[in-house]
Amino acid sequence: MSKNELTTTTGQYVQAPPRTAPTGDVVLELAEITKQFGGETAVEEISIDVHEGELLTLLGPSGCGKTTTLRMIAGLTDPTEGTIRLDGEKVAGSSTAVAPENRDVGLVFQEFALFPHLTVGENIAFGLTDDDGADEYGRVQEMLELVDLEGYEDRNPESLSGGERQRVALARSLAPEPDVLLLDEPFSNLDVRLRIEMRQEVRRILKEAGVTAISVTHDQEEALSISDRVAIMNDGQVEQIGRPEDVFGHPESRFVASFLGQASFLSGTVVEGGVDTALGLLDNDQLDGSIDAYRGAAVDVLVRPDDLRAKPCPPGGTDGEIVHRQYTGPAFVYQVEMDSGDVVHCQHNHATDFEHGTRVCVELQAEHSLAWYPAE
Amino acid sequence: MSATDRFERVPSLPRSTRDRQSLVLTLLAGSIALTMLTPMLWVVLEASQVPSDQILEILLRQETLDIFLNTVFLVTAVTIGSVLVGVPLAMLTVQTDLPFRRFWTVVAAMPLVIPSYIGAFAFISATGQGGAFTDVLAPIGIERIPEIDGLVGSAITLTLFTYPYVYLTTRASLLSLDGRAIEAARSLNHSRLSAFRRVTLPQLVPGIAAGALLVALYTLSDFGTPALMQYDVFTRMIYVEYDAWRLDYASIFSLLLVGMAIVILAAESRIERTDEGEAYVNRGTDRPGTISLGRWKGPALAFCSTVALLALIVPPAILLYWLGRSTGGIGGSYEFQWIYAWNSVYVSSLAAGVSVLAALPLAYLSARGESRWASLPERSSYVGYAVPGVVLGLGLLYFTLHYVDSLYYTVDILVFAYVVRFMPQAVGTLRSSVLQTDRKLVEAARTLGHSSLSAFRKVVLPLVMPGVIAGAALVFLTSMKEMAATLLLRYPGFETLATYIWLVRSSADYGDAALPALVLIGVSGLSMLVLLWRGYDVQE
Repeated sequence: MSKNELTTTTGQYVQAPPRTAPTGDVVLELAEITKQFGGETAVEEISIDVHEGELLTLLGPSGCGKTTTLRMIAGLTDPTEGTIRLDGEKVAGSSTAVAPENRDVGLVFQEFALFPHLTVGENIAFGLTDDDGADEYGRVQEMLELVDLEGYEDRNPESLSGGERQRVALARSLAPEPDVLLLDEPFSNLDVRLRIEMRQEVRRILKEAGVTAISVTHDQEEALSISDRVAIMNDGQVEQIGRPEDVFGHPESRFVASFLGQASFLSGTVVEGGVDTALGLLDNDQLDGSIDAYRGAAVDVLVRPDDLRAKPCPPGGTDGEIVHRQYTGPAFVYQVEMDSGDVVHCQHNHATDFEHGTRVCVELQAEHSLAWYPAE
Repeated sequence: MSATDRFERVPSLPRSTRDRQSLVLTLLAGSIALTMLTPMLWVVLEASQVPSDQILEILLRQETLDIFLNTVFLVTAVTIGSVLVGVPLAMLTVQTDLPFRRFWTVVAAMPLVIPSYIGAFAFISATGQGGAFTDVLAPIGIERIPEIDGLVGSAITLTLFTYPYVYLTTRASLLSLDGRAIEAARSLNHSRLSAFRRVTLPQLVPGIAAGALLVALYTLSDFGTPALMQYDVFTRMIYVEYDAWRLDYASIFSLLLVGMAIVILAAESRIERTDEGEAYVNRGTDRPGTISLGRWKGPALAFCSTVALLALIVPPAILLYWLGRSTGGIGGSYEFQWIYAWNSVYVSSLAAGVSVLAALPLAYLSARGESRWASLPERSSYVGYAVPGVVLGLGLLYFTLHYVDSLYYTVDILVFAYVVRFMPQAVGTLRSSVLQTDRKLVEAARTLGHSSLSAFRKVVLPLVMPGVIAGAALVFLTSMKEMAATLLLRYPGFETLATYIWLVRSSADYGDAALPALVLIGVSGLSMLVLLWRGYDVQE
């Protein structure tokens, strides 16, 4: 409830477009989980429901508590407060602590943690119990096929490339058919090129296996590209949770806005019919939610570089000056210091070339509604 | 987990189960550590029975002061000597273009193979009247080689056979140096010498100091060398007083000796702490460039050769000389029998097995325990290093005599003595093996449905097995060489290689001791193989 009250005060989400709610049963339920180490609070009252078959990513800067959350789900750390339910059954919380081996939770480690003294096949079979006995071989073959490593069962982990190790780690965790699979920074040990390739591959494998998965990362592009839903964490708390498009397009806080990509803010005042900014009046329908109730209030409107363009202007009619230019190859991003004091970024294709110090006009070219926040 | 398994859920374990598991481990480790401490307790008890005025009298006697000073002189001389020999050898073999560098690298570490009392025995038997040198050199007109004994003899012998500790630790420091740091210093306009002084040397000091303290500790607790050289240090005098059944003297001397050992250990633990964390960071760094020796090549080679000649060639040659001239012993009970060798192997094997079993929980708890006290049992097991063999033997003798009669003069108590004295070696190798296994591997096994015990058995144990074997081998080999405690605790008629050498030390025919001495050199030569195999990087 507190979340709703909060959004009412900022006004932003009172009439927000409905997000597609995740379907399927709730497999994993975190209820007000708190974890303290000594006096430090690493995770504070986190509540998340994870639905069958979905891939949820916990995204946040290092130290935000995302890995601690993952370890609590796996049972490698006990929460200080709150409960964790897996398939409806309590596995952690108030005098319950089911040992990791007795939870059907798989974990893919950042460094993969393959057993160096076992072959690929033995690694994959490690989690299979004795009653699987006769079928063990078949299951290993099935897993090798799933991760595209047929014929690798007798290889040593040392002889594998980074991508192959990750495939083995995935196969090993998937072999015992866990209820939930956890992935701790799954791509951080791969080089950039391989990382992008493996994102697609890991998503394919997880979807093909039909497993419910939670991944943890600090890479926003990775989170947005592989997940069904993203939970953005900051300072031990979940700031926002939703589909990648929704959290990127309609961030509920400045932190989420800034963490998910380059963000600039236009300061303005709420007037009748919209917000008055350095770029003129922004109509009500250009803004998220209803703003009318806040007439007279100072607000900041989120504008991303692709929402703005800089244009040559006649002298005297300019909005600001180009103070920095960043060339990324396909595009230029110009930083414009507006006469109003706002600093915004404008993205252009690589052919549009302004010199440093050029005076320009800035134009809004957004085809979506803009998020806004009470001024700080 | 199979499909059926998924429905038969294991009931939730109470939170305390995990605590209970670590409590069991802690209790086990704690009781092992306490057991290790008992021998010391008995020495303290014995000493406490001495009336206080007599304690004062013993402490203030000129003789006691002399013994104390003798001990300090010997430890100081050997430590300085070892640094003077060990550091240049390490620098030459790591950082210069010394010819046959690989060869010298191995040779410089080899003297560790020869127990110092065997070296002492060889030198004594070779010098002075009727010595081997006199026999050999007489035809070329040299009538007499001055006898090597006392402080000079002990210091030379101990330096020759313990400098490898300094050599090895210095070498390890040199190898872990980041060559780029030196290049950075030179690019910041420092000369090669200045870069050495300001970048290399400060990083070497912990390594040199660690080795020097090992040498000091070894010298302090060594019984055989000063005893054979007839130099009155604490170890020798404790044995002499015990032999005369003056237990008050023996126990007071023991406490003084242990006090000195603790001072050295305290200094050592501070050094170890500072560089422990850096022991693994030397991966992937560039090696400093080699220094061209130029015209110093000759003197450098001469230096290496002299050390090798004195430590590695001369003692075995002397022993072989006596073996060749052996008249078949002096007969009677003093004749060498192969059963002595078997006795040595038997008790040493038992000690190795027991040590590894006891060391495993200590090492595991220390390396993996989460509580602040987790490393306390492991640390306290290091008491073995602080208690010289002669003190340990005395403590256990007193203990069995007064409290556990059934253990008096048994193999069990001898094995226990070896375990107390040498288990720290097993703890050390095991601890580093456990540390080298990734903690995540155990967690991976747990998330794959294995209990912590099963994870230990299936993942940790196979990975630390090399450490277990190395630890057992080290305990075995050092037990084989142990002399002082064995002398005190063996039962009548039970001789080992070491005690046999002691028995015949003053016999007219050195040939009796030559064979067991050569056997011991051969056996402890294997310890070098273990060290090499463990990757103490005597090769590059």
